[in-house]
Amino acid sequence: MAFEGIGASVKRREDGRFLAGRGHYVDDMNRPGQLYAVIRRSDRPHARLRGIDTAAAMAAPGVVAVYTGADIAADGLGGIPCGWQIHNKDGSPMAEPMHPVLAIGKVRHVGDPIAVVIAETKAQAKDAAELLAIDFEDLPGVADLRAAAAGGAPLVHDDVAGNVCYDWHIGDKDAVDAAFARAKHVAKLDLVNNRLIPNAMEPRAALGECDVAGNYTLSTTSQNPHVIRLLMGAFVLHIPEHKLRVIAPDVGGGFGSKIYHYAEEAIVTWAAGKLRRPVKWTAERSESFMSDAHGRDHVSHAEMAVDESGRFLALRVSTLANMGAYLSTFAPSVPTYLYATLLAGVYKTPAIYAEVKAIFTNTVPVDAYRGAGRPEAAFLLERLVDAVAHDTGIDRIALRRANFIPADAYPYQTPVALQYDSGNHEVTLAEALKTADYAGFPARRAEAARRGKLRGIGISTYLEACGIAPSQVAGALGARAGLYEVANIRVHPTGSVTVFTGTHSHGQGHETTMAQLVADQLGLPLDQIEIVHGDTGQIPFGMGTYGSRSLAVGGSAMVKAMDKIIAKGKRIAAHLMEAAVEDIEFKDGAFRVAGTDKSKALAEISLAAYIPHNYPIEELEPGLEETAFYDPKNFTYPGGCHVCEVEIDPETGVTKVVNFVAVDDVGRVINPMIVEGQVQGGVAQGIGQALLEGAAYDANGQLLSGSFMDYTMPRADNLPNITVGTEITLCTHNPLGSKGCGEVGAIGSPPAVINAVVDALKEYGVRHLDMPATAEKIWSIIQANRPKMAAE
Amino acid sequence: MAKISLTVNGKAVSAEVEGRTLLVELLREKLGLTGTHIGCDTSQCGACVVHVNGDSVKSCTMLAVQAEGAEITTIEGLAAADGTLHPMQAMFREHHALQCGFCTPGMVMSAIDIVRKHPEGLSEAQIREELEGNLCRCTGYHNIVKAIAAAFPLMHQKQAA
Ligand code: FES
Ligand code: FES
Repeated sequence: MAFEGIGASVKRREDGRFLAGRGHYVDDMNRPGQLYAVIRRSDRPHARLRGIDTAAAMAAPGVVAVYTGADIAADGLGGIPCGWQIHNKDGSPMAEPMHPVLAIGKVRHVGDPIAVVIAETKAQAKDAAELLAIDFEDLPGVADLRAAAAGGAPLVHDDVAGNVCYDWHIGDKDAVDAAFARAKHVAKLDLVNNRLIPNAMEPRAALGECDVAGNYTLSTTSQNPHVIRLLMGAFVLHIPEHKLRVIAPDVGGGFGSKIYHYAEEAIVTWAAGKLRRPVKWTAERSESFMSDAHGRDHVSHAEMAVDESGRFLALRVSTLANMGAYLSTFAPSVPTYLYATLLAGVYKTPAIYAEVKAIFTNTVPVDAYRGAGRPEAAFLLERLVDAVAHDTGIDRIALRRANFIPADAYPYQTPVALQYDSGNHEVTLAEALKTADYAGFPARRAEAARRGKLRGIGISTYLEACGIAPSQVAGALGARAGLYEVANIRVHPTGSVTVFTGTHSHGQGHETTMAQLVADQLGLPLDQIEIVHGDTGQIPFGMGTYGSRSLAVGGSAMVKAMDKIIAKGKRIAAHLMEAAVEDIEFKDGAFRVAGTDKSKALAEISLAAYIPHNYPIEELEPGLEETAFYDPKNFTYPGGCHVCEVEIDPETGVTKVVNFVAVDDVGRVINPMIVEGQVQGGVAQGIGQALLEGAAYDANGQLLSGSFMDYTMPRADNLPNITVGTEITLCTHNPLGSKGCGEVGAIGSPPAVINAVVDALKEYGVRHLDMPATAEKIWSIIQANRPKMAAE
Repeated sequence: MAKISLTVNGKAVSAEVEGRTLLVELLREKLGLTGTHIGCDTSQCGACVVHVNGDSVKSCTMLAVQAEGAEITTIEGLAAADGTLHPMQAMFREHHALQCGFCTPGMVMSAIDIVRKHPEGLSEAQIREELEGNLCRCTGYHNIVKAIAAAFPLMHQKQAA
């Protein structure tokens, strides 16, 4: 048997069905008698709804029902809940305006759902949706963060003064002020973290069903079906858990955008109950652009106080964060506890103070997108460190090294709440510089210059917090949910195993990685192990997949459940082999009596457990199945170093990434092939953010980048080969030592890319550049600075 | 409604379709071939690529009625009857060229066409350029490019350029 356990690059078990076209995504499902829902959305950023005339739509061929906000209200449905509450500086809670399932009274962003048309065919529903006559009274809107935060801006919610959702802070302001007062040098930077549209390739979809007994089933494109069951059942539809099953089958990418509870899920479930027929909704890509939660969208000012030798004394940050028109499920946590708590990065900056104002605008809600808050922190910090280097003339690598938290300082308490458990930044830096041949760069730059090209190199040394999250810590910070994970492991009578996990795989390859973990611990071949996820009807509970938590938290729950299986197995084995429990050891799939050659395979033990004829029945229940809830003790802290090398054509402004190296410390790796793929995918999204992607709105809130024609997705020819390395320090507080790898690529890469672009343009006097660094932006900078250069 | 007849994955089929029905809708909704995906409404993502008379075509860009008499191959029709994968499918698996699998059917169908149309050889840069019409949000393309390069010698019985 080939080695299939921890550390083996086992080929993915899920690939067979995907490659044969037998993936099973929500839109692939069809039910007898199924109806189709089409949502009529606002094409206005901000308007009062004076009336909706549904008569023509109702009369159109095939139409079964048309519902508006009035119907939702009449049935007593709740608003879409927010899962995280932040408190203001003064201790008062954030503003939390009602988020109706279908607009009531007003629309607040382009894409805001107004009505749903349900018909026999999708084409009929689409035709009829166009017949809805909606009487809008346009209101002035506001999309830009600074404009919305300025006095006198149009109000997105009449009862939210100044559009401020919350005004929050963290850190010791007095200590920071004192440090700034004695600083030798202060480097300042204004930064924009560009708004992104996640665009998982599978558009969202939802299929609602209700049987004669009033049992509901929702099949949905979700990263966390149990969370959807909780939010939708308890807060919106008032369906108790035992009458509501949520299934998330194969899901075509999420990146955060499929964490949240969306209106369409409630609409199809509710409508299926009213009509007693299955109702399916599938987003068209244009709808995805205007209804999937967007990501990032920060405007920040940052200042670093530095002493004469380049040591960081204090960091001061103030950030405006866009919430969009309503609060999406986890939106408030992103620019606070997933962002400002990461501002120490890998540096021993002794004093940090950050204030964050979250602002409502007439735009699509903003929530976590791959990295969520941590890319914003890493970008700010790693740009600021390069600015310090620029201003003081200290070499950027030496500056980083001088400020690193040394490996022997772990565990390390930061001034912004987090306690890092492990890391070694010197090692990842050295490895990345070597792999990228940093030392050889001057020669490559000179060679490029001879070809008339501008070459630059940039690095970022970053750290993030994932493995989300210790429930009590998260609860104290405002989470309205627990953040443990659940595993149920069922050893069947003949010794094969089914693992039910509350995490969800939408590209991460859990069916392979998690099976490897179980194979390793229980000593079984992979083909004896099945991983089941994505169904509240089969899995006891779970919080799903986001925040790079599946292995660190979900895998740890499996280890805990397997420990229980082994403990029970030992008692059964002791009975069968007439030995003391303490003398039984479990290794390579067998229970042995220590120091003898007596042993029983796991399958023999499970058979005895289910056919308990010779069994300690007085003291032990039959069966071999265990459930474990694992609540992490801390976050995990992956980190590393990314090195990016770019070449810019000064004639066109086009930036080509010619080399990219990512050396990440993600803790223990189960399947190196999958980890490498996760990092490459994350880096691709980071390069996309840095060079290509940006959601554009006009001042009023009209979405300008509403399709793949206007929003630049990275294509194969925009990207380089991405070299991935791993250096490992183990997480010290979970049984696997794993930290998480899903987001590191998207967190570490944007500052590395922009640092490289700035480096390439340094002769043009560029000190900072906001993302995306498009060809047009760079070309304009080059043009504007040419005469000056010629004159010098 | 129009009645059309065509061959899909080697089988003769006929169907009643509206004039506006897209080929991808015919495949997914009427023929139950849900391996072909829909990822956009502007003909840019390539999730819907199938072969029409041997050429790769975005099936969201063609009306079903235009496929009258055509020979269509979808992802479901690639593997041999005994389940042996097409070399391109095999190399996608070997090189971890898929994650969520949503872009994969279109990617594989495009990739086969790219390799077939370049018997003279394919550089990495060419492969990247030829993938212009297919979006993947998961992989960063690195492993897709590797898989296509690896499939080239298997499909042409010679080395890639
Ligand atoms: S569905 Fe996107 S190109 Fe056809
Ligand atoms: S594998 Fe997910 S979009 Fe390509």
